[in-house]
Amino acid sequence: MDAKQGKKLDFSPILVPLLSILVALSFGGILIFIQGINPLSAYRVLFTTAFGSFDGIAITLAKATPLILSGLAVAICLRAGLFNIGAQGQLISGALASAWAGYTFVGLPALVHIPLALIFGAFFGALVALVAAVLKAYRGVHEVITTIMLNSIVIALSDYLTSNPFKEPDQPLTRTPKIQESARMPDLLGLPLGFFLAIGISITLWWIMRNTTTGFSIETIGRNKNAGWYAGISVKKTIMLSMLIGGAVAGVAGAVETLSIIGRFEPAFNAGLGFDGITVALLGRANPLGVIPAAILIGGMRASGSTMQFEVGVAPELVDLLLALILFFVTAPLLAKFFKNRKENVAMTSGWSN
Amino acid sequence: MKLRTSHYLIISFLAAFTYFYSKDGLVATSVLYTAIQFALPLALAAMVGVMCERTGVVNIGIEGTMLISAFTAFFAGAILKNTVQGMLVGVFTGAMMGLLLALMAVNWKMDQIIAGVIINILAAGITSFYYRQNYSIPSTLDPIDLPVIGAWPILGPVLSFHGPITYFGIFFILGLWFALYKTSWGLRSRAVGEHPSSADTAGVSVSRLRYLNVTAAGAVGGLAGSYLALEAVGIFERGFTAGKGFTALAIMIFGRWNPLGALAAALFFGLTQAVTNQLMIDEVVEIPPQFINMLPYILTIVVLAISAGKVRPPAAEGIPYEKEKS
Repeated sequence: MDAKQGKKLDFSPILVPLLSILVALSFGGILIFIQGINPLSAYRVLFTTAFGSFDGIAITLAKATPLILSGLAVAICLRAGLFNIGAQGQLISGALASAWAGYTFVGLPALVHIPLALIFGAFFGALVALVAAVLKAYRGVHEVITTIMLNSIVIALSDYLTSNPFKEPDQPLTRTPKIQESARMPDLLGLPLGFFLAIGISITLWWIMRNTTTGFSIETIGRNKNAGWYAGISVKKTIMLSMLIGGAVAGVAGAVETLSIIGRFEPAFNAGLGFDGITVALLGRANPLGVIPAAILIGGMRASGSTMQFEVGVAPELVDLLLALILFFVTAPLLAKFFKNRKENVAMTSGWSN
Repeated sequence: MKLRTSHYLIISFLAAFTYFYSKDGLVATSVLYTAIQFALPLALAAMVGVMCERTGVVNIGIEGTMLISAFTAFFAGAILKNTVQGMLVGVFTGAMMGLLLALMAVNWKMDQIIAGVIINILAAGITSFYYRQNYSIPSTLDPIDLPVIGAWPILGPVLSFHGPITYFGIFFILGLWFALYKTSWGLRSRAVGEHPSSADTAGVSVSRLRYLNVTAAGAVGGLAGSYLALEAVGIFERGFTAGKGFTALAIMIFGRWNPLGALAAALFFGLTQAVTNQLMIDEVVEIPPQFINMLPYILTIVVLAISAGKVRPPAAEGIPYEKEKS
């Protein structure tokens, strides 16, 4: 592809996602129209709520924070040719672990307590990913099935833990106690601190992928396992590493959500964040920097979905539908064909057999 | 040898059943009856996988196919006030999802795993956006009292009084086994799944056969979804397939891509779930309900971990076929 392009700049990595968003919005518009509502006013509410004021933008960025991280968790694995659908489970595990660390340790200074709780989140996120990573690397079990099964297992397990040993005493609700004040992540310039952390992790991972041998190994294994193996890269180690990075990042996503937004762990409060990570990663073309704008867009739609229902009466599940359509159009090569005669479709994942 | 393991399994199953039957015949037979109910949607969904993968197309969208078919089957049944018509709509929806997968996998040569995930996410999005409360179907599909078999001791109450989709499903699985191994369609399909360029040389149209099989498989997925909504429970909830489509893939692998093997594996899954349920009802063991819910998922992972490496998938699976240019 590079040789054919010559010196011409390749805009398709930006144009294709943009166009697929537009096509998805027009499809969604037709569906809103069928329900007897003016789609333009629905979209106006959706986007002015999300991006029209400083407060709106602050809320959008807060919503985008866990999505940047869960998007990264999927994107890094995609780079290694692995499809990590388990970001949801890894995120919940991290959220619960950081909540536990947040309410259990008493008397720590915030400068110690917050990082400690984040590390708990990262560790337990990675722990969930480890199961899938070991099975993939040493037994050849496909990660898509194991990570989905692990999602359900983690959800059931966290439900059990929050309704029994970790339950807030003397309360009817299934939830953990509130985290200590010392574990609460503060805001910075009116924006959540976690947002800057997420941007920092994105840039770090982007740098690692570009400039280190670790990044090179991951990219090579993702492009061609056999080539990587011939070049002396340990395929098993690289699979383990990228899955563990993914799990840890997803765990941090859950931890940030616990420590800065929710303040405790409640089973239903993290629903969907990990699955949106799949859309974020594919919309961002599996690029650690590309996930940032993708997450901000999706975060904005998520943040203003309920306002849209309140003001124009469209169910907030419209956002789910729009995201599914965006995902469909961004991955379908149909749109890419309009731009260039790209023949090859880079297979990002592999069948059962590898 | 594999044969010996399965013999041990059958013998221990018969021994356990005899023991429980001697203690309480009614409960023992009802556990087996429930096991069939648990197993059937899994077995049918596994057939979707078998049909697709035998022709070389990975279908990870079974979950979404079942979900959206259950949705259309239920709401069509509720609106038309006719359960049978609802089922037909469900089967048709499934076929459309199969066609969509074929379009993405065969025509656009997309990554098949991503294509399947798109089907799952699309199905989840559509069903949650259009979901409405306060709808109900006139009745679930009526169970059938088998004439002769129903009067048999022990086996009668286990095999009789299932719904029509159950009986059709079992015959379909047997028929699929026959078709796959004894007819020219089966031979061609398997050839396309193993070595598409040879099949092409022999005059088989690879893409047409893949289209046909993946679409037909989608219809079977639609039947599995209709079973859940119209025969098993008679309701629809958001996301109520609860991972059955993925468990079905594990069952397909455990059954070595063979319809009968997958049926046996599905019965094993169904039996495990039925027994655990019974243990919980009898309060024999104190297990938190969350752990009961986890069981099929853990079983799926364990089964895959055991059978991976020992079984061999169709060779051309997941690879888009490019005709060689001369």
